[in-house]
Amino acid sequence: MKLSDTLEETYVALNANKMRSSLTVLGIVIGISSVIALVSIGQGATSTIQSSIQSLGSNLLMISPGAQRGAGSFGVSGGRGGARTLVQADADAIANTVQNIAYVASEISGRYQITAKGTNTNTTVDGVTGSYPSIRNVLLAEGTFFSDVQNSSLAKVAVLGPTARDDLFGENATDVIGQTIRIKGIEFKIIGITEAKGGTGFTNQDDIIYIPSQSAARFLSGNQYLTSIDVQATDAEAMTQVQEDITTLLLDRHHIPDPTEADFSVLNQADILASASSITGTLTLLLGAIAGISLLVGGIGIMNMMLTTVTERTKEIGLRKAIGAKRRDISMQFLSEAVALTVVGGIIGILLGSAISLGVNATGLIKTSISPSAVALAFGVSACIGIIFGWYPARRAAALNPIDALRYE
Amino acid sequence: MLAIRNITKTYGSGDTAFQALKGVSFDIEDGEFVAIMGPSGSGKSTLMHILGCLDTPSSGEYLLDGNDVSKLSDEELADIRREKIGFVFQAFNLLPRTSVVRNVVLPLVYADVAPDERVTRAKTALLAAGMTETHFDHKSNQLSGGQIQRVAIARALVNDPALILADEPTGNLDTKTGEIVLGTFQRLNEEHGRTIILITHESDVAEHAQRIIHLRDGLIVSDARTHPRRNARHHEA
Repeated sequence: MKLSDTLEETYVALNANKMRSSLTVLGIVIGISSVIALVSIGQGATSTIQSSIQSLGSNLLMISPGAQRGAGSFGVSGGRGGARTLVQADADAIANTVQNIAYVASEISGRYQITAKGTNTNTTVDGVTGSYPSIRNVLLAEGTFFSDVQNSSLAKVAVLGPTARDDLFGENATDVIGQTIRIKGIEFKIIGITEAKGGTGFTNQDDIIYIPSQSAARFLSGNQYLTSIDVQATDAEAMTQVQEDITTLLLDRHHIPDPTEADFSVLNQADILASASSITGTLTLLLGAIAGISLLVGGIGIMNMMLTTVTERTKEIGLRKAIGAKRRDISMQFLSEAVALTVVGGIIGILLGSAISLGVNATGLIKTSISPSAVALAFGVSACIGIIFGWYPARRAAALNPIDALRYE
Repeated sequence: MLAIRNITKTYGSGDTAFQALKGVSFDIEDGEFVAIMGPSGSGKSTLMHILGCLDTPSSGEYLLDGNDVSKLSDEELADIRREKIGFVFQAFNLLPRTSVVRNVVLPLVYADVAPDERVTRAKTALLAAGMTETHFDHKSNQLSGGQIQRVAIARALVNDPALILADEPTGNLDTKTGEIVLGTFQRLNEEHGRTIILITHESDVAEHAQRIIHLRDGLIVSDARTHPRRNARHHEA
């Protein structure tokens, strides 16, 4: 029996049972498309989170105050970051003594009610120094950032994130530069608008107002304690050394002999990236596994249909054998039906999965990427499923005794 | 052209062994129209399976066209069936929802005949079996019982077999259409010189053949020419 004849028989047989064939194909379509869509969404999420962590700045170390503790080791914890342990002198000491540092920026942040002309919002006001934009990859869309001179002179100037600008002055408002906003009743003049950075997945980096840190200490928080110190190492290799040096320095400055009782913590950007990657990697794996299960169910659907078909067509198989079909002819015919179902399902599934992936991309939530390897894998798996789940029914059909098969009712 | 010598067939083994054929021998010449008759349990189905190369005898010799086919493997038997034997079944066994021509072409597909030639040969066989061209593209489920069986006969003819084996071909038909089908067999035998073996339990069906072999309990009880041979009324419809 020629290949073309086998394919024709396959087409005729599947076409004769359109409803059943298409439902079986649907199982594979769902399986394959979910593998492709979910894996591409998972990979998209991974790269989105990674790039937004990168957008925090590169080679970044973030020092934040530790938990405020009461007396004794079982004291009530005020929560990590809640303590007031970091001061500007710490930041200066780091800048002056630790090697391989590019920039140091201290931050005094808090949430305040902000008012503009007739509108108000509640957002984060970040008191920072002039080096902040270069450390944290903050780019300006309009205007300028304040300088260290303006910082030490307690200038009442503010740079708005685009979300804060939208909330106060309306969507994409122009001519915002030069206007004033009131923070805690104190007027600040807007001198710049930052470019949009997007969320990190945890916070919105655009819903923020930057003011000079000295001004924040004086007019808003009323004390000299810092909410964090950002340190940028000169390169990635120096990160560990810088982190260790800062820890030693601050422990020494705060007179803490036991490192486990440190009243601050140093967060390494590489650590954040690594943990975020492992989370998203696990997520992708989980999504892939769920999709894999649906693919398996689809495969069992094929096997089920093929077994039903073999039983239903027992007489036909008997007849084919009686008129001279060999075992191989029969098994090829049924195997090719199973493979045809999965290949058709695979192709539709790849198209549908890609469409879903592109659709998710179009919503702008996650930047998905259809990986050719996932497509190739899905297609290979679907063909394998056809062969594996089609093999048993095909073998059963081929092994039928023609006499019994012809008598089958 | 066809000779069986002392054929036996035993099913099962030991105490439960059942001997369906207990030593059957006969010769059938080219162009004969033979009926094998017997009640159920006589062994005629077993004999038909062996003659049709669907099964092999437990012992004895079966010479088909001079070749001993009694000891062949399943796959070799498939080759013999494809090349030398045409089957007509009681239950017709046409492919459902499939065109007449496609049904008839089927044995040629397995014989690797070129597609163009298949259709030509299928149409010749259909005309020989008494089908009219208007029905060639009908689906098998749009035909009457008599037409279906004639399509099945065409399918048995299409590979130009040495032997046509008909197993109760009129069993599912009413008397009138049964007559038409038997008439088709007679015409194929007389006009085309086809060798036909008809298996039946009805004597008035068997009487359409030139020769009747009676089986009972796995043995031949009689083997005789029919005088006079009963002619099917040729009202083809």
